[in-house]
Amino acid sequence: MTDMTSTSTPADMTAKVETPFQSFRSEFFESKIATVALGLLGVIILLAVLAPWITPQNPYDLGQVDVMDGRLAPGSEAFAGYTMWLGSDGAGRDLYSAILYGLRISLTVGVASGVIALLIGMTIGLVAAYAGGRIEAIIMRIVDLQLSFPASLVALMLVAALGKGVDKIILALVVAQWAYYARTVRATALVERNKEYVEAAQCLGLSRARIVFRHILPNCMAPLIVVGTVQTASAISLEATLSFLGVGLPQTEPSLGVLIANGFEYMLSGRYWISIFPGLALLLTVVSINLVGDQLRDVLNPRMKK
Amino acid sequence: MTAVLEVSGLKTHFFTRGGVVKAVDGVDFSVARGEIMGLVGESGSGKSITGFSILGLIDPPGRIVEGAIRFNGEDIAQASQQRLAGLRGNRISMIFQDPMMTLNPVLRIDTQMIEAILAHEKVDRRTAWERSRDALGLVGIPSPEERLRAYPHQLSGGMRQRVAIATAFLNKPDLVIADEPTTALDVTIQAQIIYEAQKLTKHTGTAMVWITHDLAVVAGLADRISVMYAGRIVEQGDTDDVIDHPLHPYTVGLLGSVPSANKRGARLYQIEGMTPNMLALPDGCAFGPRCGMRTAACAAQPDVEDVAERRLRCFNPQGLAEARP
Repeated sequence: MTDMTSTSTPADMTAKVETPFQSFRSEFFESKIATVALGLLGVIILLAVLAPWITPQNPYDLGQVDVMDGRLAPGSEAFAGYTMWLGSDGAGRDLYSAILYGLRISLTVGVASGVIALLIGMTIGLVAAYAGGRIEAIIMRIVDLQLSFPASLVALMLVAALGKGVDKIILALVVAQWAYYARTVRATALVERNKEYVEAAQCLGLSRARIVFRHILPNCMAPLIVVGTVQTASAISLEATLSFLGVGLPQTEPSLGVLIANGFEYMLSGRYWISIFPGLALLLTVVSINLVGDQLRDVLNPRMKK
Repeated sequence: MTAVLEVSGLKTHFFTRGGVVKAVDGVDFSVARGEIMGLVGESGSGKSITGFSILGLIDPPGRIVEGAIRFNGEDIAQASQQRLAGLRGNRISMIFQDPMMTLNPVLRIDTQMIEAILAHEKVDRRTAWERSRDALGLVGIPSPEERLRAYPHQLSGGMRQRVAIATAFLNKPDLVIADEPTTALDVTIQAQIIYEAQKLTKHTGTAMVWITHDLAVVAGLADRISVMYAGRIVEQGDTDDVIDHPLHPYTVGLLGSVPSANKRGARLYQIEGMTPNMLALPDGCAFGPRCGMRTAACAAQPDVEDVAERRLRCFNPQGLAEARP
């Protein structure tokens, strides 16, 4: 940005400069690891979305699950005739199918809770930053209070109280995570609020709401996107944790956490696949999201620019 | 000529923990249609605070404690925020020092200019777009349609300041306050910007207050000059008179410190001492401790006097004989 001198002539001004999105894209793909992670994440999302059409079995449909197929080793043939490449769990569910269906739940829970928490936290953080004074103090003390509890503890207590189900898990994760967004937005908005363009916008006679949402908010997006990806990954692992502990999703709708918990008791008897494969799927999902998030942070943070 | 802006006895004080900072302490001036008034002073002399006071943009702990700001006859010193928001960007606009900072980095130029129009007028976007384009053309921006689609970072500093000036003049305001608009630019661009501003004020009949620390800038631009020191105007008069025959020792010192080519090798003149601590101003004349012409009379606060067609706050004006017409 600084290499643009004020002596540039109209002629070289008319040369097409790459848009912010183009430069963002080329910078993002500079890192090989991030590119691979993004590709992997794309594959994972695609598999999860297409699960009903590419899996041999619907693990939620008890009519398709045969107990006689229980605990088959990877590569065995199921009673229905197809090959269980990743083996089956104790209830006779094909692990490949169960993992893809589990990914659907994990991603839904992660993204839904991430987006809702982002919207709530963003609004609260903006209000705090713009209102200032007592309102800000009260909001930020609530945020501090919330952040002093471990997120898993808050989610655990809420799910225990609310009961099982995807909607309840999402609610619990939103409650556990909104404060991270609120704190990030407030910190960024406080910096942005004192920048001269806000004063200039005031001098143009723009309304308060317009200044906050149209001028300040877009400038807070970079850290929000970064926190959003990292929090989505942590929401996914938190959901797996809750399900593993048995308070998350019911046995009839196995998520990755439920599958890992199911296989846990067979680990020592040599039937590693029931836990290991869902565990690997969870690991790859969370790691790829985090790697993408790391690269986003590097690209979007002006201080880390070369 | 009728005065668009008439500031009288303006006092803006900041109530800090360390005490009351009298950033602006009794400032009077007026600006007529099509006139450019240069407000000159060092950092901390209160010149920017004067500008912000007119726009009603003084945040706590500061506030306007006294005085009147008559804009087209209406006193807006204590006007409501709604009233001021209606005036800002519409009848009064502002140009800021750093064009890198005053444009929102994530919004395109057209977005920012069009919303400045739509905030005050009910016109359709197409009309607003056309007016933005014409405004950019008026400040000498080549191919304005293309510039409108650009983001601020794609423009150079001079371009951005032109955009800021075009935006300030969009709604044909009666008054423009320019707060050091050329300080962040290099000298050749500075001259162009000054030229554009001068052309626009003559063209539209807008009154302008040009705040700067650079006497060389206002010398070629302003019709009248007000020199500020420690929150007060110490000398006010026609630009040529003030530049050619400064009366106040502070103005004399300011002009003396301008480097000039024909004094090569000689030691550059500088005003003795430091700008005063605004929390502990001297009892008498604020410039007294730094003034070479100090007499016993300076222990008292000098009042504004009309001397040789000028308004002056000094007991010992310099070179009065030559200045008298």
